[in-house]
Amino acid sequence: MLETVQVIKDSFPYLLEGAGVTAIAVVGAMLFGFVIGIQIAVAQVYGAAWLRRAVGLYVWFFRGVPILVLLFLFYFGLFSFLGINLSALASVVLVLGMTSGAYQSQIYRGAIQSLPTGQLKAARALGMSDSRAILSIILPQALRLSLPGFSNEYSILLKDSALAFVLGTSEIMARTHFVASRTYQHLPLYLMAALLYYLLTWLGVKGLRYLEEKVRIPGYSYHQG
Amino acid sequence: MTSVETRPVLRVERICKKLGGKQILNEVSFELRKGELKVLIGPSGGGKSTLLQCINFLIPPDSGRIWLKDQEIHIHRKRDLYAYRQKVGMIFQDFNLFDHLNALENVAIALRKVKKMAKREALERALQELNRVGIGDKAALYPAQLSGGQKQRVSIARALAMDPEVMLLDEPTSALDPELIGEVLTVIRNLAQDGMTMILATHQIGFIRGLADEILFMQEGQIIEQGIPLDLLTAGKSSRTQSFCSKLHELSGEQEL
Ligand SMILES: Nc1ncnc2c1ncn2[C@@H]1O[C@H](COP(=O)(O)OP(=O)(O)O)[C@@H](O)[C@H]1O
Ligand SMILES: [Mg+2]
Repeated sequence: MLETVQVIKDSFPYLLEGAGVTAIAVVGAMLFGFVIGIQIAVAQVYGAAWLRRAVGLYVWFFRGVPILVLLFLFYFGLFSFLGINLSALASVVLVLGMTSGAYQSQIYRGAIQSLPTGQLKAARALGMSDSRAILSIILPQALRLSLPGFSNEYSILLKDSALAFVLGTSEIMARTHFVASRTYQHLPLYLMAALLYYLLTWLGVKGLRYLEEKVRIPGYSYHQG
Repeated sequence: MTSVETRPVLRVERICKKLGGKQILNEVSFELRKGELKVLIGPSGGGKSTLLQCINFLIPPDSGRIWLKDQEIHIHRKRDLYAYRQKVGMIFQDFNLFDHLNALENVAIALRKVKKMAKREALERALQELNRVGIGDKAALYPAQLSGGQKQRVSIARALAMDPEVMLLDEPTSALDPELIGEVLTVIRNLAQDGMTMILATHQIGFIRGLADEILFMQEGQIIEQGIPLDLLTAGKSSRTQSFCSKLHELSGEQEL
């Protein structure tokens, strides 16, 4: 019992640091996925047929292949094949980001398509180019509508990030695994890991919820349209 | 109401449009001279909205030609097209205000992003236009906080801010509750009296009677009758327009304005 308390006390700062690494990986991947997802969504709604098909393939690929396979495929396969020397953490951000981009794109696409077509018409009628209309009129509205889906994607990606431990990234899961295999205190250590994931989920979801309230359009009811 | 200049501001020649295998517009032509107000009237589904949206290429016509003053507009010359659209104000039946912007920003956004005005200058101009349509005090409200009549007035202010040479109005009062129609018609009447060149699709017969320079009666994609209101609307005359309007009158019991 004493030993258990000691292990928890000793490893807590170490695991907490891991939570920092997890946070960096997930926030990085969400942002990277955001940039990819927006562009795919716009291409899928407004792009030419060949472009729609091309980004469609991308989405199918990253939705269709398990993240574990993707991590190995890119880190041990593609990056070394191309002679790119990336750290495990950077590889995780890239792979999770590309995967999340595929999922996020579908959130944004749905939001864009749910806007009344009159919004784009009115923007065009004022002399806006399509790209200007998308930037100034369509996306500001679509992104607001996407926030609940984005928050959901965050909580999923956070948990997927535990897979990064197979590349030896020093995030929560890898550190917990490392300490547990030496101390044999599996139960308390993995409970602590679970708690850290829960806290990160809570922080992210609450933060995004706050943002949602903050950018809410006055008088606009999402239920009544 | 009589035109000083003889050269038309807007010239539309033999516009055709097919949608879903059906001929929606069939060789529609008309001209607008400076300060003229022409009214499009006719049964629902006759092609009025399609025509108005073909004029500024929101719907690309299959064939036909369009000139603003002396310049012919080609849809593939994007720069010219965007410049042309700035000069052609469009008012939609269901307003199409930008939902994420308040009234002031709705009017200012194109000034800033299209005309590249400085923010302060754009907001000042926007407020001026809101005042012109009588809702300067609603500048900070969002579309969801405005009544239909107020929304339509914001959309008129938004179009006016671009200094249009012509305005296209597609049934601007059709989506409004009866008690809100008057405030929008008043704005349109003031525009007409200030010499704005306009084409207006409407069913407000009483309103256009004393105001329109010409009525274009449109049915099945064609202008089948045109003339001054006195000729087409006077009871007893056996025009298609007259019989259509008396039917409207019976159905809605519209009060004359
Ligand atoms: N995208 C479309 N595809 C097929 N038919 C259409 C489309 N848009 C409009 N129409 C048809 O075109 C006709 C003219 O419509 P519209 O221009 O809206 O008439 P109006 O404004 O005079 O009521 C209608 O019969 C309508 O059903
Ligand atoms: Mg119509």
